[in-house]
Amino acid sequence: MKIHEYQAKQILAKYGVTIPRGKVAFTLDEVVSASEELGTEICVVKAQIHAGGRGKGGGVKVSKGLEAVRTNAEQILGMQLVTHQTGPKGQQVKRVLVEEGMDIKKELYVSLLVDRGSQQVVMLASTEGGMDIEQVAANTPEKILKVGIDPTIGMRPYQATELAYGLEIDKINPKLIRPAAVLFQGLYEAFVNEDCSLVEINPLVLTGDGRVIALDSKITIDDNALFRHKDTLELRDLDEEDPAETEASENDLNYIRLDGSIGCMVNGAGLAMGTMDIIKACGGEPANFLDVGGGSTQERVELAFRLISSDPHVKCILINIFGGIVRCDMVAAGVVAAIKNVDLKVPVVVRLEGTNAAEAHQIVNDSGLGSRLQMADGLRDAAEKAVAAVA
Amino acid sequence: MTVLVNSETRVLVQGITGSQGQLHTRGCRDYGTNIVSGVTPGKGGQDFEGVPIFNTVKQAVEATGANATMIFVPPPFAADAIIEAAAVKIPLIVAITEGVPVQDMVRAVNYVKRQGVRLIGPNCPGIITPGECKIGIMPGGIHQPGKIGVVSRSGTLTYEAVGQLSGVGLGQSTCIGIGGDPVNGTNFIDCLRMFQDDPGTEAIVMIGEIGGDAEEQAAAFVKEYVTKPIVSFIAGQTAPPGRRMGHAGAIISGGKGTAAEKMAALQDAGIHVVPTPADIGEKMVEVLKK
Repeated sequence: MKIHEYQAKQILAKYGVTIPRGKVAFTLDEVVSASEELGTEICVVKAQIHAGGRGKGGGVKVSKGLEAVRTNAEQILGMQLVTHQTGPKGQQVKRVLVEEGMDIKKELYVSLLVDRGSQQVVMLASTEGGMDIEQVAANTPEKILKVGIDPTIGMRPYQATELAYGLEIDKINPKLIRPAAVLFQGLYEAFVNEDCSLVEINPLVLTGDGRVIALDSKITIDDNALFRHKDTLELRDLDEEDPAETEASENDLNYIRLDGSIGCMVNGAGLAMGTMDIIKACGGEPANFLDVGGGSTQERVELAFRLISSDPHVKCILINIFGGIVRCDMVAAGVVAAIKNVDLKVPVVVRLEGTNAAEAHQIVNDSGLGSRLQMADGLRDAAEKAVAAVA
Repeated sequence: MTVLVNSETRVLVQGITGSQGQLHTRGCRDYGTNIVSGVTPGKGGQDFEGVPIFNTVKQAVEATGANATMIFVPPPFAADAIIEAAAVKIPLIVAITEGVPVQDMVRAVNYVKRQGVRLIGPNCPGIITPGECKIGIMPGGIHQPGKIGVVSRSGTLTYEAVGQLSGVGLGQSTCIGIGGDPVNGTNFIDCLRMFQDDPGTEAIVMIGEIGGDAEEQAAAFVKEYVTKPIVSFIAGQTAPPGRRMGHAGAIISGGKGTAAEKMAALQDAGIHVVPTPADIGEKMVEVLKK
């Protein structure tokens, strides 16, 4: 689960990470009063959406004086902010963060994530802050410092100090080595205690008045750990999510909308991806990823049908269930009932593998649905029939 | 010869009284797996359809000599169940549970390694040596004893591959589902090494998916160590970047972990990469004819 920048900063502050003074605002009046409260000559108004690249899209503005703050906030609040992560439609800005401006001497980069290869948490850091870190990693990999952290002993003070020297913080201001090291350890504590899958500070800044500050903050929480973070769960912003995907997740279905015309309903994530791939190989385009999970009951199939057919681009639905334990005749009966209940307009191709496949064929043949429901024999046949149906 | 499990394997079930635990304990027992005991704290002394239940793993192992365990414990407690099994050094731990927090797995995997035992999973279908021992949730009926080793990050896609193999008359030595999570106990390289070293395995099917670089690492390992033919499919060629495709591990981030990169790396290592999951069985027939 992603959260907003200001929420991430509030969490990090609890772990002793220094953040800029600032306040979230939902209206223009709130922006102005927040700016007055800050009392600094320079204020920064930052759009709060989950996608990155906000600055380039015009969602972050440095403002000198109250009038400028008001003008900039007027432009940002309510705008459709388009970044390389939002897609062409962009995301509407409903809240902004108003922060103090500051005298920046140096911009650094620091992040934490779980490294699959070493199977531990690693802290990545670079002197090249404020830039696209993937570019830095690609062009100058020697500028990325990596600290692996043993889960049994945590991040040691020496590791944090070593990293601060590695970033040559002493060359800017030797007094900042210690506060930087403390901040690094705070980040690690936050990462572990809050069950994050990503913490990214870009940039981390050294200021002229001798502070080390997380100027930007991005946190992603591990969805699998949300059960033990009820307070974090309240930070979820449904405006940032596709409503169909939200409804799916509330019903333990895994649904991701794509751009094609063939809706997919599959059991298992790997087979769902594989089904999308074979649709493409046969000349079609998948309209979605949907993992219905193990229990392909009539209710779940109905819900899946409603989700998939809420997408106007869908011209055919392909169901691919590799049962084994699931009985095909039961799935087939559920599909037939669901088509009738939902009053589905588009044709359905169904491929069922597992026990009682013959009975399933019989149920489909006796359904009276004619060409609206076709039975496929194997994965390739299913994909070919679905592609033919939309041609 | 087979890998990791055979007719001698004595299996304990952790979480045997939960609905999944009950269902799949029956499934494994009916397949012929030697289920010797179960663990559910608070239900020690009872039995599940004749299988004795214990309060702790230690008691179960001491009383019944289990040398493998199958875990159905719910996600909040799954990592502790793995650690409990590793603490008494059960040589093979198969964790089926889906949805374990990744940092729980960081700690658990670290401990498992220090104990020198093998963990398969979590979030996996398990392991099966057809005709001998099934530890997991896969449909036993689609498998046939034979000489193809199968290793996969996915569940139902593995069944698809196995169904095709059996359909063309190619049985399997052992099939291992390593699971779709970013941090797990056994990786492709571990399995490829075991299959290469197993005289009962003639060829290998490896099914990967987008995310991470496990397939690339496996390709490098194949170049230097594996001489047996490998057929491979990578799921997620059509997946968009930045979206988690069901499995926590299946995400293309920062332009890394794409199917195209993985397929190129595998091909470069001499692996027979098929474009769709429907081609796995036929491709293996063709490769074995050569």
